[in-house]
Amino acid sequence: MSDEEETASQLTDNQKIEIAKWFLLNSPAGEIQYVAKDIRALLKNERLYLAAVSEAFPLYNKSHLICLEFPDRSGEVMVTSFSEIDKNEYIDPRTAQVAIIDHVKQVIEDARPAKDEELPSSYVEEYRSALDVEIIKYVSEAYPKGVCSVYCTSGKDVEEPGMDFELVVVICAARHSPQNFCNGSWRSVWNMEFKDELQMVEVRGKFEVGAHYFEEGNVQLDAKHECKDSTVFQSADDSAVSLTTIIRHHEAEYLNSLQKSYSKLPDTTFKDLRRKLPVTRTLFPWHNTQQFSLTKDIQKSLGLEGSK
Amino acid sequence: MEAAMGLMRRIPPKHSEAALSALLSLLPHHSSDLLSQVDQPLQVLCDVDSGKEFILCEYNRDADSYRSPWSNKYHPALDDGPHPSAELRKLEIEANDVFTIYRDQYYEGGISSVYMWEDENEGFIACFLIKKDGSKTAHGRRGYLQEGSWDAIHVIEVGPEEEVNARYCLTSSVMLSLTTNDESEGTFNLSGSIRRQMNMELSVAEGHLCNMGRMIEEMESKLRNSLDQVYFGKTKEMVCTLRPPAEIVQTKFPDSRIP
Repeated sequence: MSDEEETASQLTDNQKIEIAKWFLLNSPAGEIQYVAKDIRALLKNERLYLAAVSEAFPLYNKSHLICLEFPDRSGEVMVTSFSEIDKNEYIDPRTAQVAIIDHVKQVIEDARPAKDEELPSSYVEEYRSALDVEIIKYVSEAYPKGVCSVYCTSGKDVEEPGMDFELVVVICAARHSPQNFCNGSWRSVWNMEFKDELQMVEVRGKFEVGAHYFEEGNVQLDAKHECKDSTVFQSADDSAVSLTTIIRHHEAEYLNSLQKSYSKLPDTTFKDLRRKLPVTRTLFPWHNTQQFSLTKDIQKSLGLEGSK
Repeated sequence: MEAAMGLMRRIPPKHSEAALSALLSLLPHHSSDLLSQVDQPLQVLCDVDSGKEFILCEYNRDADSYRSPWSNKYHPALDDGPHPSAELRKLEIEANDVFTIYRDQYYEGGISSVYMWEDENEGFIACFLIKKDGSKTAHGRRGYLQEGSWDAIHVIEVGPEEEVNARYCLTSSVMLSLTTNDESEGTFNLSGSIRRQMNMELSVAEGHLCNMGRMIEEMESKLRNSLDQVYFGKTKEMVCTLRPPAEIVQTKFPDSRIP
């Protein structure tokens, strides 16, 4: 035991924390708590463990867009870099609340009403809330367990037409069923730049889809994609409808392309790793491998060896 | 060790090499356990005598040198490295030749190596290895893969011959990763690792190589099928649970804005 500690201590504390963080950040969707448990057992050092989790959980929670419910069930907050007010404070614009969260426990500890300066101007809020309404409708149709939120990420104090502002739509659908050895998540983030001078809204979408199946094995899907689009700058309600149509269209397309990638697997992509049957289309003639040494001899005597 | 194995079951298989080296540095005293229980992507060296590449694993390693199945020499040279007996070496040479043809027929490229050594109870152990880089810049015939690797490890314990039969115990692991990437579809990566066992008692009338070969062929087909059908299928199912395909959505939720 003391031996073990001695050799392991060749790593500095910082290196151990970095290794622990690497494992935590590479946890599949919904599995960081399990990884943390194993990391704790491996490190055998609470101080290092706490240092690693306190750094890794906030990053993981934000990149996985985890969703936490308010204690009074008034709604939920999404932990994202767009809703971050402070390290442990995340805003939910829909209910105008700020959640004070515990990143490692992944729960909301407390909540407070958002301050005026944390919320967009009424002009921008009109666009934000109109888009929120349409997106909620779309997400409830497209994702059985989807959550979404719309944030203003720049120009939230713009009071009237004449200035640019930006909204971000965040959609996340996660499914954890460890009893079926399966977890997964669909995450999309849409940046909507409302350009006043051009009277255009420029749209950038980013998708990340992951799935993990681990019954007697470990197989993971990791898919990413980005896309761009644009539409005209209209009234809040009309913009909300056309932007939601754009999102619906691109997300449906992306699902199609994922399915296409899957359907191409057996006969094309997977075949480049290993064929189902040999090039001869019959099982390998293990009972008659003599033929190979014969052909080899013939090739040798004809001087053909190595010429293929 | 249990926690380490738990982590290996969760970390994306395409990162397994980095994960293993992290675990080795955290748990130096468990290095032999880790190396024997965690499958890692195979490495390759070039045999200076034959100019052919061979695969490195724990079974052809002594100190920091690896024995090549082609020249039977250690790389880098090693004076007292163990070698199989002359009789077993004969079978090893034959196995390498035949397995090269097998590998070519199924993999259309790649590298293979077979190693054999005597065990304590009058039988022997054989290790069949295949490494294939199926990316379009390497041995991917069809050119679909941005990145594609397949590493297969088959370790087969052959018991002593009893009358006409021998016992074969095969443990096989496959690690793979494949990535496609194009502008309209983005990056699509599937990676995985699975391990299975198979035990058989077979007549040695047709020889050990024939029996081992058939078992490996059957096992590889099973592993490939279950990766394709079950494992990839389950991840696809998950995607469709997260977001059911359009035809289902449309029938369930007619667009409310159209009167």
